[in-house]
Amino acid sequence: MKTTQQLEKQLKRRSKAAKLEIFGRVISLTALLLIVAVVVAIIGFVASKGIATFTSNHVNLWDFLSGKKWNPGITDANGKPEVGALPMIVGSFLITILSAIVATPFAIGTAVFMNEISPNRGAKILQPVTELLVGIPSVVYGFIGLSVVVPTTRALFGGSGFGILSGTCVLFVMILPTVTSMSADALRAVPRYYREASLALGATQWQTIYKVVLRAATPGLMTAVVFGMARAFGEALAVQMVIGNAALMPNSLVSPSSTLTSVLTTGIGNTVMGSLQNNALWSLALVLLLMSLVFNLIIRLIGRKGRLQ
Amino acid sequence: MFVNNDVKKTMDMEDRHVIKLSDPDHPVILSTEDLHVYYGQKEALFEGDLEFASNQITALIGPSGSGKSTYLRSLNRMNDRIATVTGKIMYRGVDINQPDIDVYEMRRRVGMVFQRPNPFAKSIYDNIAFALRLRGVTGKHELDEIVETSLKQAALWDQVKDDLKKSALALSGGQAQRLCIARAIAIKPDILLLDEPASALDPVSTGQLEDTLLSLKENYTIIIVTHNMQQAARISEYTAFFNQGRVLEYDTTSHIFTNPSVQVTSDYVSGNFG
Repeated sequence: MKTTQQLEKQLKRRSKAAKLEIFGRVISLTALLLIVAVVVAIIGFVASKGIATFTSNHVNLWDFLSGKKWNPGITDANGKPEVGALPMIVGSFLITILSAIVATPFAIGTAVFMNEISPNRGAKILQPVTELLVGIPSVVYGFIGLSVVVPTTRALFGGSGFGILSGTCVLFVMILPTVTSMSADALRAVPRYYREASLALGATQWQTIYKVVLRAATPGLMTAVVFGMARAFGEALAVQMVIGNAALMPNSLVSPSSTLTSVLTTGIGNTVMGSLQNNALWSLALVLLLMSLVFNLIIRLIGRKGRLQ
Repeated sequence: MFVNNDVKKTMDMEDRHVIKLSDPDHPVILSTEDLHVYYGQKEALFEGDLEFASNQITALIGPSGSGKSTYLRSLNRMNDRIATVTGKIMYRGVDINQPDIDVYEMRRRVGMVFQRPNPFAKSIYDNIAFALRLRGVTGKHELDEIVETSLKQAALWDQVKDDLKKSALALSGGQAQRLCIARAIAIKPDILLLDEPASALDPVSTGQLEDTLLSLKENYTIIIVTHNMQQAARISEYTAFFNQGRVLEYDTTSHIFTNPSVQVTSDYVSGNFG
């Protein structure tokens, strides 16, 4: 009887290991809650400031999204402030989609070379090069864009050289390493036995890559492209340096225009908190944030679809 | 008296016993001469000189790491980018281990089924039509017909004929492996190489797979690597015993299992190995 009690006491005593366990749990839970709180606070703050344009300044949401004139300090003939964000929204989407269209074939081609055609050289040369490209600060990309890409565009297509085309060129190089390394990961995740099965059926290596490996990796490749687009959409500094920063509807790829991010970075320091000019910029930030959430959602949806296959 | 006989037999046993085939009904279709396989500097197969009779099943047995899978994968050049293979692989009088051989055309004649069922993430129909489409067979009628006959030959037709458009990944292990066989025979190869095709299957599926192989013998030459000695005994006409990268014994299956000439073979097939 006594031994039973002793045993119970021993088993119920909190050992050092059990205490450590609780300590560890508290630490990781705190970290988690802190991150969640920060994310919620950012979204809440941007949303509350962004909505102020529509609630306290009484701007029509539709006018904001479809208006083509951006001049928050000025009111038009009807007494309404000119806060049409369409030029920036169009600019952002155009530059994002164009750079993704240009980058995708290069990225997938490089990934195929790294992974399927020459894995040894891929691992030795291309992997470090892509990692290096990721590490270059965006201001350096912007500076090279300003001193190389813009003059080249000017010489080739006329105009000032600033515009969507230059922005696309810079963003193409910036998102290329991200899309490449994620595409390579997607190809690496295709089981080796798919390739063996295809080769054993007499398929050539190219047929195997095209008909089996790329098909099987499609969800991963799409995720890579959307990830690159999300990066392009959010990039501010490098784009701001080459796009010309005119809040106008882009009438060609070489006319100065602007994106949501470039207007934000140039304007936010020059406005007074609480003014319409300031609130309108917050509304742009809210659009940017919502679009980022949409990109994230798309990535998750593709990932889930990939797993279901 | 008996004891003396046993001792005598042991003493008479050879180090190596590899027969040459001479069956006029089943001429040699594939043979290897002086075949060596190297993984980098390491030699994985030292001696693999075998002859394979057409329309017969030949089993390759031996302990893990004895080189039997390496040997099998060399036969249709699946080791090309992985290992260095020297020596001759004579297929109907042509050495297919030469650099100027079109391996893709060759693999159409020497098909392979792997240890793990590996259907593509496509429909059952598209799995079988895959290799045909690569070769330019696109007529729906023709494809339908080949898909049906291949599935029938692999004894899978009755189970999947209403689900041809469904994903092949939904099949059970045994069905998936028979789909892989159907996929391999859809392009009508001469020789079918199987690398432990039943090792991932349950006994019932294994039995069905063996029946399938026995019926395929009429049209194909089958070479099968197996860990399962009963399986080798049940289905094969000839058996090769591999040990430490060498073919130690090659003879008819009944000879290998009832009266082996090499002591190691005897130990292995009777379960006294090591």
